[in-house]
Amino acid sequence: MATMFPETSMRSMKKTLVLIAAAAGLALVAQPAAAAGGKGHALRDGNFSFEGPFGTFDQGQLQRGYKVYREVCASCHAMDLMSFRTLAEPGGPFYDAHQASAAENRFVRALAKEVQIADIDTETGEPIMRDGTAADRFPNPYPNATAAAAANGGAAPPDLSVMAKARHGGARYIYSLLTGYLNPPAELQIRPGQYYNAYMAGDLTPFMPEGSHDVPPGGFIAMPNPLMDGQVTYDDGSAETADQYARDVSAFIAWASDPKQVQRKQSGVGTLIFLLLFAGITYMSYRRIWKGVAH
Amino acid sequence: MAESVVTEGEGGDATRRDFIHIAAGAAAVGAGAMAVWPLINQMNPAADTLALASIEFDLTKVQEGQQVVIKWQGKPVFVRYRTPAEIQRLAAEPQAGSPPESDAARTKEGHQQYLVVLGNCTHLGCVPTFGTGEFGGWFCPCHGSHYDASGRIRKGPAPLNLVVPDYEYVSDTRIKIG
Amino acid sequence: MSDHESTYVPKTGVEKWLDSRLPIVRFGADYMSLPTPKNLNYWWTFGGILALCLAVQIATGIVLAMHYVPNVELAFASVERIMRDVNGGDLIRYTHANGASMFFIAVYLHMLRGLYYGSYKAPREMIWIVGCVIFFLMIATAFLGYVLPWGQMSYWGAEVITNLIGAIPVVGEPVLIWLRGGPAIDNATLNRFFSLHYLLPFVIAGCVVLHLWALHHAGQNNPVGILIPKDRQKKDTVPFHPYFTVKDGFAIILFLILFATFVFFMPNALGHADNYIPANPLVTPAHIVPEWYMLPFYAILRAIPDKFGGVVAMFAAIGVLFVLPWLDTSKVRSMRYRPAMRTFFVIFVLVGLGLGWCGAQLPDAPVVPGMPSFQLFDGQLNSYLWLTRLFTAYYFAFFLIIMPIVGLKETPLPIPATISEPVLPGGGDAMTAAAPASTEKKG
Repeated sequence: MATMFPETSMRSMKKTLVLIAAAAGLALVAQPAAAAGGKGHALRDGNFSFEGPFGTFDQGQLQRGYKVYREVCASCHAMDLMSFRTLAEPGGPFYDAHQASAAENRFVRALAKEVQIADIDTETGEPIMRDGTAADRFPNPYPNATAAAAANGGAAPPDLSVMAKARHGGARYIYSLLTGYLNPPAELQIRPGQYYNAYMAGDLTPFMPEGSHDVPPGGFIAMPNPLMDGQVTYDDGSAETADQYARDVSAFIAWASDPKQVQRKQSGVGTLIFLLLFAGITYMSYRRIWKGVAH
Repeated sequence: MAESVVTEGEGGDATRRDFIHIAAGAAAVGAGAMAVWPLINQMNPAADTLALASIEFDLTKVQEGQQVVIKWQGKPVFVRYRTPAEIQRLAAEPQAGSPPESDAARTKEGHQQYLVVLGNCTHLGCVPTFGTGEFGGWFCPCHGSHYDASGRIRKGPAPLNLVVPDYEYVSDTRIKIG
Repeated sequence: MSDHESTYVPKTGVEKWLDSRLPIVRFGADYMSLPTPKNLNYWWTFGGILALCLAVQIATGIVLAMHYVPNVELAFASVERIMRDVNGGDLIRYTHANGASMFFIAVYLHMLRGLYYGSYKAPREMIWIVGCVIFFLMIATAFLGYVLPWGQMSYWGAEVITNLIGAIPVVGEPVLIWLRGGPAIDNATLNRFFSLHYLLPFVIAGCVVLHLWALHHAGQNNPVGILIPKDRQKKDTVPFHPYFTVKDGFAIILFLILFATFVFFMPNALGHADNYIPANPLVTPAHIVPEWYMLPFYAILRAIPDKFGGVVAMFAAIGVLFVLPWLDTSKVRSMRYRPAMRTFFVIFVLVGLGLGWCGAQLPDAPVVPGMPSFQLFDGQLNSYLWLTRLFTAYYFAFFLIIMPIVGLKETPLPIPATISEPVLPGGGDAMTAAAPASTEKKG
């Protein structure tokens, strides 16, 4: 009689656990499939160096990405949460091991000086424009959101400060979108001020002839294709193509969205190694304490 | 309870057993310390606060015999354009204050008419009032400290002279503090 | 166990002095020497894990409040400033944000353990009820906290959930305005939500004290589910320390490995990308979903076609837990010995996961794309709406129908007389003598 208890209880627990684990696994597998379902291409892989638990940013790519942002994107898109000094923080595009501090970095000070910052004169109280400093935030191209919308046909260009965190797919999404200005099918009715993009969210069924079975993926975007070959000059010999620009600026925005991500991943590796050792030691301690206690 | 169910480990096992428990305990203490440190360190000045460490100021905004109070790192800074009479009087007392200092040591060579000091009394941090007190410099209304026109403490409870911050002349009429 | 006698003996003069005035050392010592059933398995470690979760959330929350600005113009930027400029701020904020998810993973497993082993049955009803209060407060705290970053999901989550109050007949509308402090979610709402988000964790901590008090008065349940007879106390229990401190400690470290993996390597995996878009009262995100831990209840809300009915169903889903001790008619606590109930329990867990899954889908979307379907009342049969309704029906049936009936009808397996019996063939008296391999089995 007594012998049947352990078997029953062990078997039942195991069966319960296996069933629950299997179901949970199924749910996890189904979840992304459901999220990715519907129309739309799979996002393009930008071969980004910073992906994965050990990935780091390519500093040259971040510098090029900043250049593309400054010369192309910044005329419409703000990055209100970014400061020039952040560009010189460890892991950033202009970090220099010899700098006294991020705010003292010579590249960043020179870059900041190139922009004009709206300020108030401390003596007269009058609005003035002055040279930027490392402590300044990136200037916004528009005085406010209403002006931004009015200047762009009603669609305010979104702030890019945290764009890689604000879209599913992050840098891959930005890269795909910037290179997603494919030729639309001829039957697609495109309204003026709208452009077809294969990676933009949307449903184009209403804009295709009734009953069409070839509804293209993607949606309409108010931004015309911003990048053209040869538009930005690179000093490091990288290809001056729209694809390379898109890749570089996506990497820059991914960095700007979470400037401490690489540092955090690196301390994460150390933390996990510590926790695994700690778990091992504690398990040995546990086995010794429970040695000889039937339970 | 414990006594009835625990069997003692075999004889020579004691040291090894203790070691593993001590190691586990030490790792727990280490983990706790590592977890607590960021919670303490977050109260140190943040990166945006540190970046505002220096400001520039145009000295032509100060009239002779007057001072301008500017804000630097959240604190008042006195920029005082002293009269020849005041400078002469200070020269007559080469070493004064605490620690004893000469006026020349508290100003920049060739710019002796301008004095730049932090505007917080070294006693308990009040802002002394300009042009009052027994020594023609500042008088602190909180606890009655008297400073001369070089910001040196001459009478009262304040322990030190008004602090001269790190600053430099970036041009003949422009200084950079910090 | 409730009659646990104090074994603390003050040694030094200072200890004696203190012990006769404020016996706090005795309190701690008695806690540590508490006789604990030795057969508790790893499912019993979630109590300790939850204590850690609460401590982590309170500690990180207090320091985040030193930098956060509860103002609609500044809240979003202040959260980003914490992650960019404050020393270690990214880790603190991501720990707090992911800590909420970890807290709910642990609390759901803790509750399912209680459900499986009958830990809510006499004499432990009050432990369970206080636990349900804690769970309800956790949901409220998590909801309030999710509003604070003032992203799109924060704003629209607050809008949708507070609108539920408006569904209450007659008083709904004035209460809604009172709750929000205006006609819409705005600065007044953000400020009061911040204040309450700071307050509630301390209320939870107070309830945790009651939870533990009740636990130590009634004594711990165990996987066999029998009360330990007086004369078996010495044989069937071990002191809490070091036996369960080390076991809980080991489980906590394993839990921290999971926690750290999220915080360091995928801090935004459990969140929604739209919450990194600043709140905009003029534009609703395409697809509003609550955080994953609310999804089952959100699904139940949407399953009911009537607005007020949905609200009632959602609160009833939590409310039914409070009367659980009186819905279960079985005399046997542990489902180890209740094979029929065990099957219904497994289905219940799957239904719970299913409800969570449904909560994240659009109600009209087909469950199996392409499968022929027909209109049933207000929706296609092959839609998440009807799947959710099926799951919701089982959720309530499990508590209100299955539990009372199965308890009366089933034939439980024979129950061992002592908790030592299951692991020791031959009666359980040979406690340590031979220590065969089978005694090394865990739980």
